[in-house]
Amino acid sequence: MITINEEMCQGCGLCVEICPRKILALDESKINDRGHTPIVMTDENACTGCSLCAVMCPDCVIEIE
Amino acid sequence: MPLKFKKPDSLTDIAMHYCPGCTHGIIHRLVANAIDTLGIEGKTVGIASVGCSVFAYNYFTCDMQQASHGRAPAVATGVKRSLPDRIVFTYQGDGDLAAIGTAEIVHAAARGENITVIFVNNAIYGMTGGQMAPTTLNGQVTLTSPYGRRQQEGHPVRMSEMLSTLDGARYIERVSVHNPAHIIKAGKSIIKAFEMQLRGEGFSMIEVLSTCPTNLKMSPVKALKWVENNMIPFYPLGIIKDGSVKV
Ligand SMILES: Cc1ncc(C[n+]2csc(CCOP(=O)(O)OP(=O)(O)O)c2C)c(N)n1
Ligand code: SF4
Ligand code: SF4
Ligand code: SF4
Ligand SMILES: [Mg+2]
Repeated sequence: MITINEEMCQGCGLCVEICPRKILALDESKINDRGHTPIVMTDENACTGCSLCAVMCPDCVIEIE
Repeated sequence: MPLKFKKPDSLTDIAMHYCPGCTHGIIHRLVANAIDTLGIEGKTVGIASVGCSVFAYNYFTCDMQQASHGRAPAVATGVKRSLPDRIVFTYQGDGDLAAIGTAEIVHAAARGENITVIFVNNAIYGMTGGQMAPTTLNGQVTLTSPYGRRQQEGHPVRMSEMLSTLDGARYIERVSVHNPAHIIKAGKSIIKAFEMQLRGEGFSMIEVLSTCPTNLKMSPVKALKWVENNMIPFYPLGIIKDGSVKV
């Protein structure tokens, strides 16, 4: 299970690039209070919980349990 | 069930001011995680420097002090000598540590101060808009080396190798945060350096190769590739000096 703290996201794309399942994307329909395009999970069932996205994130946006 | 990955307790909830994709944020998390892992939050004092990480004191929950440009190792010396039971670290950029603060870092290492230095080398002055640093690579284009760094601007300085020649320096390692495997490895090295300080073993420095996507004028993903392809060949990763007591 991954939890995305959308408001902290800076839309840098590092998690999007690293995800082996390619299930993270920038949600161009949104702008958060920091002024950035946050990420969105596109297929929760495909997530293996590998944590690579969270390890890459400079802003501690992603938590994994 | 325990979380497999969560933000370290030793980081505050304040949103960091770093640019999107800047690896300063990752390095902050690794330092905070080391503080959590060793259970030393209540007795750690961090010394922020001048550079983009000038506001580091906002992001760690432990005691923090901000030092004037380049002087963090001198401030750390004062804190550690007056409060020897504290774990004291500096967090310094390459402009701070390798340019204006060269004297302070050299002599703190030579004296063998029992402190831990986190040296963030992004090969540029990030905060001030991308000027050439002593660590800027040969041929690298910056605001002040528009034709690429040439010999007349001097050669890049490998601070870790230089400091390792000093008898007072006990542990020096260069790590990188350009991919998850290296991030995890970097985290372990920072823990090792703090453990050495806990045992009173003396001066340790972890140099972390980092990115400044904004001033490299690259996407955060490309900046990580740039570190891998351009910085690592010049700044080889690994333990440069290990005088730690084997435990
Ligand atoms: C005495 C003094 N001289 C110059 C400056 C301008 N200055 C601020 S930050 C900086 C360089 C920072 O570069 P670095 O340490 O590499 O940090 P980065 O921003 O790249 O993380 C300089 C020259 C200053 N603030 N104070
Ligand atoms: S945990 Fe792994 S699979 Fe799931 S989103 Fe993150 S990187 Fe992708
Ligand atoms: S790495 Fe973090 S800040 Fe960057 S896009 Fe992903 S969640 Fe957002
Ligand atoms: S200017 Fe460079 S080093 Fe400073 S926060 Fe932005 S990307 Fe990071
Ligand atoms: Mg720098």
